[in-house]
Amino acid sequence: MKRRGILVALAALLVLWQAAAMILNQPILPSPVEVAAAFWQGLRHGLLLHFAASLWRVVAGIVVSVLLAVPAGLVMGQSENVNRIFSPVLYLIYPIPKVVFVPIVILLLGIGDLAKITLIFLILFFQILVLVRDAAVGISPQLLLSLRSLGAGRKALFRFVYLPASVPAILTALRQSIGTAVAVLYITELFATRYGLGYYIYYQGSTLLNYPAMYAGVVAMSLLGLGLYFGVDGLEKRLLHPA
Amino acid sequence: MINIDRLTFGYVPSKPIFEDFSWQVSRGETWSVLGASGCGKTTLLYLLAGLLHPTGGILSVDGHPLLRPRPQTGLILQDYGLLPWATVRENALLGLRLRDFYGPDGTHVPKDVLKVDAAVVDDWLHRLKIDKVAQQYPGQISGGQRQRTAIARTLSLQPDLLLMDEPFSSLDAVISEDLQDLTLSLCREKGITLITITHSIEEAAVLGEKVLLLGKAPNSATIVIENSESAQAGYRYSPAYLATVKTLRERLGEA
Repeated sequence: MKRRGILVALAALLVLWQAAAMILNQPILPSPVEVAAAFWQGLRHGLLLHFAASLWRVVAGIVVSVLLAVPAGLVMGQSENVNRIFSPVLYLIYPIPKVVFVPIVILLLGIGDLAKITLIFLILFFQILVLVRDAAVGISPQLLLSLRSLGAGRKALFRFVYLPASVPAILTALRQSIGTAVAVLYITELFATRYGLGYYIYYQGSTLLNYPAMYAGVVAMSLLGLGLYFGVDGLEKRLLHPA
Repeated sequence: MINIDRLTFGYVPSKPIFEDFSWQVSRGETWSVLGASGCGKTTLLYLLAGLLHPTGGILSVDGHPLLRPRPQTGLILQDYGLLPWATVRENALLGLRLRDFYGPDGTHVPKDVLKVDAAVVDDWLHRLKIDKVAQQYPGQISGGQRQRTAIARTLSLQPDLLLMDEPFSSLDAVISEDLQDLTLSLCREKGITLITITHSIEEAAVLGEKVLLLGKAPNSATIVIENSESAQAGYRYSPAYLATVKTLRERLGEA
């Protein structure tokens, strides 16, 4: 994506927003200028802390998901037997919208960070697992035979074939599911917490009726999602070559 | 070099592909294995590579029963077996990286392996005329260049036995003949024993001083066609070549 294209799109969105605010002329839709001021104000009064709390939850969720889903996906992809046993389970669980587990996870794990990270984990884990497994299954048998004939055992195949082959799958899974993960994060932060952007948005909007500040929270949450998305993009550019 | 004695193998025990099959290959010979699809050519090659194991009989290479891939054996397959995310040079270096990964443990890497350095790989890239594409990825180069990369990777490990499965069948005629000649001259220069699996009668005639014919499974008889004149220069254009092609065609029909 060209940087210029993004800037033009951003400008167009801001113009549309400004126009909508002027036409509607209600407190519920403040203009971008008001929101920018509220954002700046918020930064000096703890918005950054809320941002950090949310960021930590998402990143922790991502890290735990990658650490558990990649080995599991590789094992499933390498062993026909393991895949045969677990594939039906995965087939059933994969399409369930994980957001339905919010009440259950909160009941079981409480209202702390653990529940929030677990929910993000639930969303990302299955996405990464499926894509990494498929990447491992898709490795050409001739490639594996060639490497085995060069002397590669299980360990070397893992290091030189399976692990590098799973990197694009991990990045694709992250790109696909970061939006959902942030959305679920928002929902979990509505309940009984005092930190996080979800809490900030809800508190400013519903309790204080401070709409510009509420939008500042929305902007911060968008920046969080965008930042993660750009992060994955950057990783992809560094780790993968264009071919 | 290779001794197969009363070997039996089948993916399903009730339907053996080889039954009481015997075959001997001496060091430095070049062999073609010719047969129709499904006759067990590739199975034989995987057995020789130690990727499959006989269900009965003896298969030994260099006097040792073959229990796993032997580090001094090179294997080149039709689809090259290159890592798509690694450059030509990285792919060619892979064998050496594997040796570094394990160290000379006698299982994955020969115990007495000489320290081979990257310069050897660069020499091969140069000799095989792929040094100009060394920084490109397999998806960006031609089929012939990919096969050269696979050859560079294998020869960098200084094998004494080279096994090839339909190595040139997906290449243009000219490139394929070029690579046949190159492979033969390199194997003769280094004293490498060469076994090529092919379904092409012409390729079998060019690449094998001896040709092993395989028929319908189960294979029990060892049908060998002598083709010693193939070592002479210009063989491809000689009457001897045409005679061999004719013989092979006739015998293949009977087998």
